[in-house]
Amino acid sequence: MAKAGDKSGSRVKKGLKRKATAEEPQETAVAEDGATESGVQPPKAAAFPPGFSISEIKNKQRRHLMFTRWKQQQRKEKLAIKKKLKKEREALGDKAPPKPIPKTIDNQRVYDETVVDPNDEEVAYDEATDEFASYFNRQTSPKILITTSDRPHGRTVRLCEQLSTVIPNSHVYYRRGLALKKIIPQCISRDFTDLIVINEDRKTPNGLILSHLPNGPTAHFKMSSVRLRKEIKRRGKDPTEHIPEIILNNFTTRLGHSVGRMFASLFPHNPQFIGRQVATFHNQRDYIFFRFHRYIFRSEKKVGIQELGPRFTLKLRSLQKGTFDSKYGEYEWVHKPREMDTNRRKFHL
Amino acid sequence: MAAVGARWNHVWVGTETGILKGVNLQRKQATNFTAAGQPRREEAVSALCWGAGGETQILVGCADRTVRYFSTEEGRFQGQQHCPGGEGTFRGLAQVHGTLITCVESGIVQVWNDNDKEASSDPLLELSVGPGVCRMRQDPAHPHMVATGGKENALKVWDLQGSKEPVFRAKNVRNDWLDLRVPIWDQDIQFLPESQKLVTCTGYHQVRVYDPASPQRRPVLEATYGEYPLTAMTLTPGANSVIVGNTHGQLAEIDLRQGRLLGCLKGLAGSVRGLQCHPSKPLLASCGLDRVLRVHRIRNPRGLEHKVYLKSQLNCLLLSGRDNWEDEPQEPKKAPPEDTETDELWASLEAAAKRKLPDLEQTQGPLQTRRRKKQRPGSTSS
Repeated sequence: MAKAGDKSGSRVKKGLKRKATAEEPQETAVAEDGATESGVQPPKAAAFPPGFSISEIKNKQRRHLMFTRWKQQQRKEKLAIKKKLKKEREALGDKAPPKPIPKTIDNQRVYDETVVDPNDEEVAYDEATDEFASYFNRQTSPKILITTSDRPHGRTVRLCEQLSTVIPNSHVYYRRGLALKKIIPQCISRDFTDLIVINEDRKTPNGLILSHLPNGPTAHFKMSSVRLRKEIKRRGKDPTEHIPEIILNNFTTRLGHSVGRMFASLFPHNPQFIGRQVATFHNQRDYIFFRFHRYIFRSEKKVGIQELGPRFTLKLRSLQKGTFDSKYGEYEWVHKPREMDTNRRKFHL
Repeated sequence: MAAVGARWNHVWVGTETGILKGVNLQRKQATNFTAAGQPRREEAVSALCWGAGGETQILVGCADRTVRYFSTEEGRFQGQQHCPGGEGTFRGLAQVHGTLITCVESGIVQVWNDNDKEASSDPLLELSVGPGVCRMRQDPAHPHMVATGGKENALKVWDLQGSKEPVFRAKNVRNDWLDLRVPIWDQDIQFLPESQKLVTCTGYHQVRVYDPASPQRRPVLEATYGEYPLTAMTLTPGANSVIVGNTHGQLAEIDLRQGRLLGCLKGLAGSVRGLQCHPSKPLLASCGLDRVLRVHRIRNPRGLEHKVYLKSQLNCLLLSGRDNWEDEPQEPKKAPPEDTETDELWASLEAAAKRKLPDLEQTQGPLQTRRRKKQRPGSTSS
């Protein structure tokens, strides 16, 4: 009895499987399976009431079965289409149309009118006379002060030390609970050109304030994915004292230009190519990735790179005109999530 | 073209690089006007106001202490006047009966004779208002009345034709709940029409209404908005409210009868430097450090109408108050020459048509070709 029951149950299942587009209501399925116990294949799938979908079947097992069968069929069809396309391409050979480029969010980026045109005179004048003009005219050379928020923990302290090896002519000072507004006039009197403050929360660094000193803009970044030197796999030996080269990738808009120039003004103008060290600030989708590498050209086109130095990701939160004054300063750009992050294909840097 | 188009610009914006931009919102175009042909940061525009004779002349106050005269009809700068005395940039510019009123940051208010042909002449009147002035505003109803205010410089209303003492000197509010003196930082002032009242917005995110007619010198109404300094303010047409902007790019409409927030406007990303409402339409133009000029609609429905990217940081703006925004004079100017050409064409055609009318075969010819053309795609026999 039990065996017969099992057999009928399995046959019910098999009967269900045999039906190609079987989205039948349960009763008719049972009835038909009862009729086909002799093993004859059931007739073609009965007409379903229109608008019936698999999700309306109340029985979870049967619904799952229907769904897996539908999915298998979809996969088969997709594979068949792919094979057909591939055959056609091979048949055409050279005359085949070029492969369609897949759509990515970077491809589909919304047109940004603030993207800087290299021939634009107004923007060129604006940049030639902004706060970084003295650096780009080679009148001043950078001198950086690196500090943290008050009472930093080990990770932040080590990050500061490693940053000071990456950025030439930089000095790390312990923040003795001093107010930034009081530190800044002292820095200016001692000829510092930039101030970096690494903010720490719960023993990990999570923010970066970069202030250009005489009267320059202050950028506030969110910092994430911080990897210190010992956490980087397959890294090279410690960086030397040579001045690195800089790579600034993908800072296309006007805001991106301002931020890119801020980063550029941290490093001296004359990179020492003997050192073969390069610091990269790569902007993608408004996230700025900082990497520090040592490279070696093995041939004309082949390069080997070793990652040295710390690695972190930055996201711009605000750009304030003037030195650090978060309460009363005027902001050139503030990130407003509810207004600016509504479109996945819109980026600001 | 630029000269002709200069008249039809809806908004005039002054930038940090010394360029005066005329923006036509219908065509979403901006034209740059510079005095010297090249942008110069020393000429950064710090104040703009309409000149004499309706909206045909603009007075541009630059950072090098010169006031330049710009003609919208001709689209070029006509002359300038150097205004020495005091330190700092212009904080207020106004014009009255052929005289020019200027106010600089160190608190010197001067009245100059408005002739740009003469070299720097001495001012007709000079007043010292107090250091740290952030704004000087002229009463549109009484052009000789002027209000000034600034950082640690309380609101004062001056009568330029009267004595050297202010007509109204505001008093600071009472000490706060910790018995500490409340600091003063008046960033923008507006005169309310049809009354003697004034509204100020402060750097400590307060909006205050003063009434010189009432016996109290303290503010009659105080409202706060946000947590950042309010930098610009404008009155809305008709309604009893003001729109304020702060250093974070937040715009808010505040009711002056009850002192409550009516609503906010979204879109700006940088500090608001200039705000102006149209006198009759519910439109608000705003400009700021994010280099974009935006025009919002204030009511039914509240939202962004136009947005124009202007490549430099914008300092101040002037919205033209005229009603006919859609008129484009260039089209009627182009139409007459075209009309004459088409008239000639029509004349020649008519003559030809008159000749062709008695011939029926020729009229059938085009019809037949049309039939042939229609048959071609589907038919096998051509």
